[in-house]
Amino acid sequence: MFGFSVRIERCQPASTTLSIVIILSAMTIGLFSAAALFVFKGFSPLTIVSKILTGAFGSRFAWMETIAKAVPLGLVGIGLAVAFRGKFWNIGAEGQILLGAVAASGIALFAAPHLPDKAVLPMMLTAGFAAGAIWGVIPALLRTRFGVNEVVSTLMMNYVAAELVQYLVYGPWKGASQMGFPYSDEFVSSAVLPTFYGTRVAWPMLVIVIVAAFVTWFLITCTRWGFETRVIGENPEAARYAGISHARVTIILMIISGGLAGLAGVGEVSCIHQHLTTSAAISSGYGNTGIIVAMLGRLHPIGVLPAAIFLGGLLVGGDVLQTSFGMPFASVNLFTAVILLLLITGDVFLDHRFRIRRDCPASSTAVIAPSDSTCGGKMRN
Amino acid sequence: MNRHVFDSLEMTGIRKSFPGVIANDDISFSIHSGEVVGLLGENGAGKSTLMNILYGLIQPDEGEIRLNQSPVNFASPRDARRHGIGMVHQHFMLIPTHTVAENIALSLDDAPFFDPVSVINDRLDVCSRAYGIHVDPKAFVWQLSAGERQRIEIVKALLGNARLLLLDEPTSVMTPDEINEFIGVLRAMTAAGIGIVFITHKLEEILSVASRITVLRKGRLAGTVRPASKDTNRSGDTAVHDGKNMETSSGHDEVDKAALARLMVGRELEQIIPGKSPPEDDILFEVENLTVMDDRGRTAVKNVGFTIRRGEILGVAGVSGNGQRELIESLAGMRSPESGTARLADRVLPLDAGARAIFESGVAHIPEERMRFGTVANMSIQENIILKAGHRAPFSRRGIISFSAAANRTTEIVNEYRVAATSIVAPMKNLSGGNIQKVIVGRELADHPALVLAAHPTYGVDIGAAEGIRSHLRECRDAGGAVFLVSEELEELFELADRIAVMESGRIVGIVDPRTSSFGEVGMMMAGAHIPGRAISSGDKP
Ligand SMILES: Nc1ncnc2c1ncn2[C@@H]1O[C@H](COP(=O)(O)OP(=O)(O)OP(=O)(O)O)[C@@H](O)[C@H]1O
Ligand SMILES: [Mg+2]
Repeated sequence: MFGFSVRIERCQPASTTLSIVIILSAMTIGLFSAAALFVFKGFSPLTIVSKILTGAFGSRFAWMETIAKAVPLGLVGIGLAVAFRGKFWNIGAEGQILLGAVAASGIALFAAPHLPDKAVLPMMLTAGFAAGAIWGVIPALLRTRFGVNEVVSTLMMNYVAAELVQYLVYGPWKGASQMGFPYSDEFVSSAVLPTFYGTRVAWPMLVIVIVAAFVTWFLITCTRWGFETRVIGENPEAARYAGISHARVTIILMIISGGLAGLAGVGEVSCIHQHLTTSAAISSGYGNTGIIVAMLGRLHPIGVLPAAIFLGGLLVGGDVLQTSFGMPFASVNLFTAVILLLLITGDVFLDHRFRIRRDCPASSTAVIAPSDSTCGGKMRN
Repeated sequence: MNRHVFDSLEMTGIRKSFPGVIANDDISFSIHSGEVVGLLGENGAGKSTLMNILYGLIQPDEGEIRLNQSPVNFASPRDARRHGIGMVHQHFMLIPTHTVAENIALSLDDAPFFDPVSVINDRLDVCSRAYGIHVDPKAFVWQLSAGERQRIEIVKALLGNARLLLLDEPTSVMTPDEINEFIGVLRAMTAAGIGIVFITHKLEEILSVASRITVLRKGRLAGTVRPASKDTNRSGDTAVHDGKNMETSSGHDEVDKAALARLMVGRELEQIIPGKSPPEDDILFEVENLTVMDDRGRTAVKNVGFTIRRGEILGVAGVSGNGQRELIESLAGMRSPESGTARLADRVLPLDAGARAIFESGVAHIPEERMRFGTVANMSIQENIILKAGHRAPFSRRGIISFSAAANRTTEIVNEYRVAATSIVAPMKNLSGGNIQKVIVGRELADHPALVLAAHPTYGVDIGAAEGIRSHLRECRDAGGAVFLVSEELEELFELADRIAVMESGRIVGIVDPRTSSFGEVGMMMAGAHIPGRAISSGDKP
């Protein structure tokens, strides 16, 4: 328009600092630009953003609500970070959460009366992990045995899982005491996770998510399996050359990924709902939001934790928008979607630089780029 | 094609440091129109860095670049291209699933939005008439040999109106014939006034085409010299243009190959006299009736059989694309054969069981495409060292990686092969091309393999390091191993191999003894000529 042109050029991947700057700006710009859309409803973006932030982080109660949501998001995010590290595109965390919830509910409803009280919760957690893992391993097997694309298979299995839950709560597991609602019976008290007083944060789950983050970090960096996962993720051809078993690595990876999502499902039914409920109520999109958490955490298990808190806060803040301004809850999706888009776009800055130039010689070139604008990392010899 | 006038280019006082290493330290370099200037130096000397600076890929910390006497500053390769500078990188940047024309269209800054391919053909015509470079625009890149791909990279640069071409190791991957043809093209280009910077590790080659040679040593300028004028017709090409050339070069010392090598390494190269111990009599490795398909499902290796004795190097000569690659990949466990068996010391190799099973049987594999297979660019040098043995002691115990064991092994290899690296945890991609190759060779030979499958093991490494790698291969042999060596350099095969098998169209067409054979004979066999008395059965049995 003004005789300017923008050029995008590849250059050497930038530092961690820049990577963090990009994440933070994606978050900020995302918040404000999504909020800007509410101008049409007569609210200033600033009001919206501050409402979200106070709703999410403004009080002890707000923080606790945020953490209650950050826990499942963290578990799912860690698992997805692991899967994505190994280039296995697990879009099926949603289904894996549901299966974990179903397995835990099965234990709570049918086995708990026959078990010692102390054994019930460990049993539920174990069963939830196992069920999520199995649901995750199926697409892994489909891919390594038959070459079925995992994006399709994991996605499809989400629907199967959701239908299974619907069948159970409308059918065989429908609670006699629930006055016709599609819920199972309430869990016995031995099947309910203990919480911090007056909150919905189950402290065992909080411990589990933090431990899970450090354990997976260790697994990824220090174990043979983690090493092989990273080789597959970075260069599958080199993995083949080194004779790394794609099947074995991928199966372990999906046991972890699916299992952690399953644990998130256990936490939801055992603490938040205390019965099995409809699929949409159990997970409310954690499986998909978990993808954003994993990306925002840069696929690093520890990085996932703050990312989970941020997105947990966004969900809570969104609830507040809904209650105080009467906005549809779906408007939260707007925020998460804009942030994900910005994040993906932001990644381009990591190994490209943008140059805006007027149509005249090289000297008038402005470079907006990593401060060290060294280029050519990808093309070296 | 005359949009740019190129007269001369000078770089002065160029300095560039990367964390922990000064890649270029106060380097001056110049080139005039119609001149071929060689750029030489050991691996990691800073050649690619200097050319990347000139091409705008890297910004120098200090220094000045003057094009036709006026200062310039290239902020990007696009800038450089607009000033008539073109570069051919050593690692290909072509898209294999596209045609040649499509690849060229992609690279042109001024290609039309719709149907860009149509303008290419005309320009290709012009180009092939002017310089004698012929490419088939409709061919798919995956169908082409490495040398042909190199040619396309050059055409790309020429169609972008380059008047100064930077060629980073263009001949490493070419066959001798392709090199000859390529040199012809170089001459045509210089005759048209194009300036060419030519990086290579092959000294004879550079001595025969360059009018001046700039030598770098450990990031510094070791000197600029002139090849000893042994023939006059070479300088005939450049004399057309320059009085000027003569002027600039007359101040430089004249050198021959030995002097050039001395200048590069800064010391006398020790001449290694290979003492060949004769192979033992028992057969260590035996392949029978091996048939292998290529990626497109055509039979690439046809019923091949051969033996290698204990303490023997079997060389394989052949024009690339005649099944060598598929043969070596199937022996390495990366490509299941259709039929056939391989036995190593009485044990049948599990060719269908994947590369790890083969590795566990004591087989090392130096792969042909080092960037694609051999290394993981984003992982550290030490993690690349344990790429293949990471699953077993001492590099992992009970599933936990031992980074100290990995570090020890890496330090050993880095010292032994003189890998120029700032740290063993630096990412692999920071290494220069030749140093990457040294890491691969070091890794593969470290565990005293019984059988070494080596594809172009000295590809892209400097003369000193190439000699080092060859002597390591000899050590493997002298320790009673078997070496299967695929190479495009006949010199290398004749120097190293105890016997040379010639592959043509997926078959071994003959096996010769290098002491009684000649380049000419092997060349004829490579081209498919039958040579009486060289039938496979007569030469094969020890
Ligand atoms: N992006 C980078 N980061 C860190 N170090 C680098 C980078 N690029 C180059 N180096 C270092 O700079 C030095 C010079 O590298 P360069 O690629 O110029 O060598 P070269 O002369 O081309 O070697 P070769 O013959 O092996 O290709 C090497 O020690 C290399 O490790
Ligand atoms: Mg180089």
